[in-house]
Amino acid sequence: MTRHRGGLWFAAFTAPFAVGLLIFVYVPIVWSAWLSLFEARSTLTPTKFVGFENYQALLADPLFRDSLVVFAAFALVIVPLTYVCSLGLALLLNGLKWGQAFFRSVFFIPTAVSYVVAALVWRFGFFPGTRFGLVNSLIRSLGGESVNWLGGGNNLYWVALVSVRLWLQSGFYMILFIAGLQRIPPETYEAAALDGAHGWRVLRYITLPQLRATSAAVIMLLLINAFQAFDEFYNLLGSIGSYPPYGRPPLVHLYLTALGGGQQNLGMGGAGTMILASIIVLFGLAQNWVLNRGRR
Amino acid sequence: MNLTRRSVLGIGGLAAAATLSACGSNSGLGGSSSSAPASGAASAGGVTLAQWYHEYGEAGVKEAVEKYASEYTAATVQVKWNTGDYGKTLAAQLLTDDVPDVFEVEQGGSLDMIRAGQLADLTDLIAPVKDDFNDAVMKRFTFGDKVHGIPQTIDMQLLYYRPSVLKAAGVNPPTTFEELVTAANAVATGDMGGFFAGNDGGIGILGTLLVWASGHTQLDDARTQAAFLTDDFYAALSAYRSFFQTKGLLKAASAEWHSGAPFVNGETAMQWGGLWSLPDIVAAHGEDVGVLPFPKIGAGGRPAVPFGAFGACVAAKGKNVEAAKDFVKWLWIDQTEKQVDFSNSYGTHIPARKSLVAKAGKLASGPGAEAAKLVAECGYANDIMWSGPLGETYSANVSNIVKDGKDPKEAFAGFAEQVAAELEKLKA
Repeated sequence: MTRHRGGLWFAAFTAPFAVGLLIFVYVPIVWSAWLSLFEARSTLTPTKFVGFENYQALLADPLFRDSLVVFAAFALVIVPLTYVCSLGLALLLNGLKWGQAFFRSVFFIPTAVSYVVAALVWRFGFFPGTRFGLVNSLIRSLGGESVNWLGGGNNLYWVALVSVRLWLQSGFYMILFIAGLQRIPPETYEAAALDGAHGWRVLRYITLPQLRATSAAVIMLLLINAFQAFDEFYNLLGSIGSYPPYGRPPLVHLYLTALGGGQQNLGMGGAGTMILASIIVLFGLAQNWVLNRGRR
Repeated sequence: MNLTRRSVLGIGGLAAAATLSACGSNSGLGGSSSSAPASGAASAGGVTLAQWYHEYGEAGVKEAVEKYASEYTAATVQVKWNTGDYGKTLAAQLLTDDVPDVFEVEQGGSLDMIRAGQLADLTDLIAPVKDDFNDAVMKRFTFGDKVHGIPQTIDMQLLYYRPSVLKAAGVNPPTTFEELVTAANAVATGDMGGFFAGNDGGIGILGTLLVWASGHTQLDDARTQAAFLTDDFYAALSAYRSFFQTKGLLKAASAEWHSGAPFVNGETAMQWGGLWSLPDIVAAHGEDVGVLPFPKIGAGGRPAVPFGAFGACVAAKGKNVEAAKDFVKWLWIDQTEKQVDFSNSYGTHIPARKSLVAKAGKLASGPGAEAAKLVAECGYANDIMWSGPLGETYSANVSNIVKDGKDPKEAFAGFAEQVAAELEKLKA
């Protein structure tokens, strides 16, 4: 009897989420996969089957291929950097005897800022190429010349792209790490201290292994977020109706080519989504494999 | 600040930028709202029409279009004012069964919309007065001998300059690209740039202008291939590359090209901008303002300005297509006073009909009058088949040439094939 009622409760609590997931996640994924095999312009029910033509067209497009490189390069930089910074902050704060709650809030607050807003502050406040931008004012006061940060012709736009995301997301992952750190039993450290371990050795042999579950989650989330990057790129580098060929992640490219100017090339968009989804899945599997291998 | 009108003029037809940055004062705060019709239901004959607009930045436009709608007696017209990314909202809504009866579309309808049969044929509606509409706009609005939108008002871009600054430097207003380069470098100082056309070095907005100003069109008449991949065009790109490397081209300013601010603030002596900025610019510099088209570039060149226009369209699968057509005819063909009011009372725009230009007070004299002539004389717009992917590859190539010094011919190798293949696909 209780078991039966438990099942009902289980259904009552999970059904809304399951239904939402089905309607808003799985149906669109399947629909995109289906659309990607059709010539689907301005229609959700296309009739002209084209096989893998959309995939071929995308993979033959040098801009799309470049965007995959941008995508990978961005992930390779931002994931380890955020990991190190947020873990570093967590370790620093965790050791604080006073003011921990204050600093935790200070570092966490940027998480609440919208990517668009932060990107605009970075674009117009810190990194405009004009002589009156904050960073350029600083450089000029030190005797340097104005730098065109976002205008292209150099790779300096990465400074803005990476720093804005780092600032926005480090605080959140710091909280995850603090939670992880607080779950490590103090006895472990005491035992290690008795054995004479301290500093790096404690970090290497106790803290990091104990944080393995948190680390796996953090890295996975960071990767997925990096791969979904759109807002800060679009708002830092885009202009009305145009986006430079450099610093262009795949989502921006798909947005511009499949949905730009009121057009709706949903077949092309679907193909791009499938390619990106498979890359994310592959990365996820690879990461799982590496972490599991390390455990044995 | 007027965001979406500007985006009409976006290069490559990529007007995707409704959330974009530089337009903070028109970021679509406040939700969409529907206004109840003022006319009594009794006079409406039972028919209710839904009419969609994008959010115009100028104060008073919303009230004006609501007033127009309320004065229509043959049906009840409910105006919906769409904030945010109008193009995407509209495109998505047109895929459903619940379509707005009347709505505005950039350049009178996209290829996708026409192909998908979403737009009613308005050719007969406009036929009697077709010759009165601006020729360049009408040409752009006609696809396969059919017209799917009635032009509402025209926006354009042009070159602003400060006559006094040019005179002090001993240069004339430029009529060729070489003169532009000379003038820009002659007037540039540490505090004031020579010519500004955007923080991307002008590539985004001037990119396709190089096609027109070097004497070409984007596609051939049959729309089967690119019509500009000549040595003249490559030379034009190299000339722009050289310009990019001089101090005369200002590469960073406090705002983008679509804001008059850099010119108003004295950051630059010449700026590529929109006609919509004219009131601000005249307010700042008074008589000391001149306007020009983008100058001709190379031997076969010609001056050029890009234009854009929203067209009033009727949904083909709406419930009251005939009533909707009647309303569009009433507002955008018969009611000439309202059309002048729409163009002239809120910001500066050019009436779509030649006979009405003289009635628009802001275009009567000075730079406004000059500008109004330019669209008819040398106005160009992206071809309806110049699709997103083509525009993207095109401006990427231009960027690689101008910023990274890639050889123009090499950068555009393979583009002819891409264009032909894309056009083939679009025609299928």
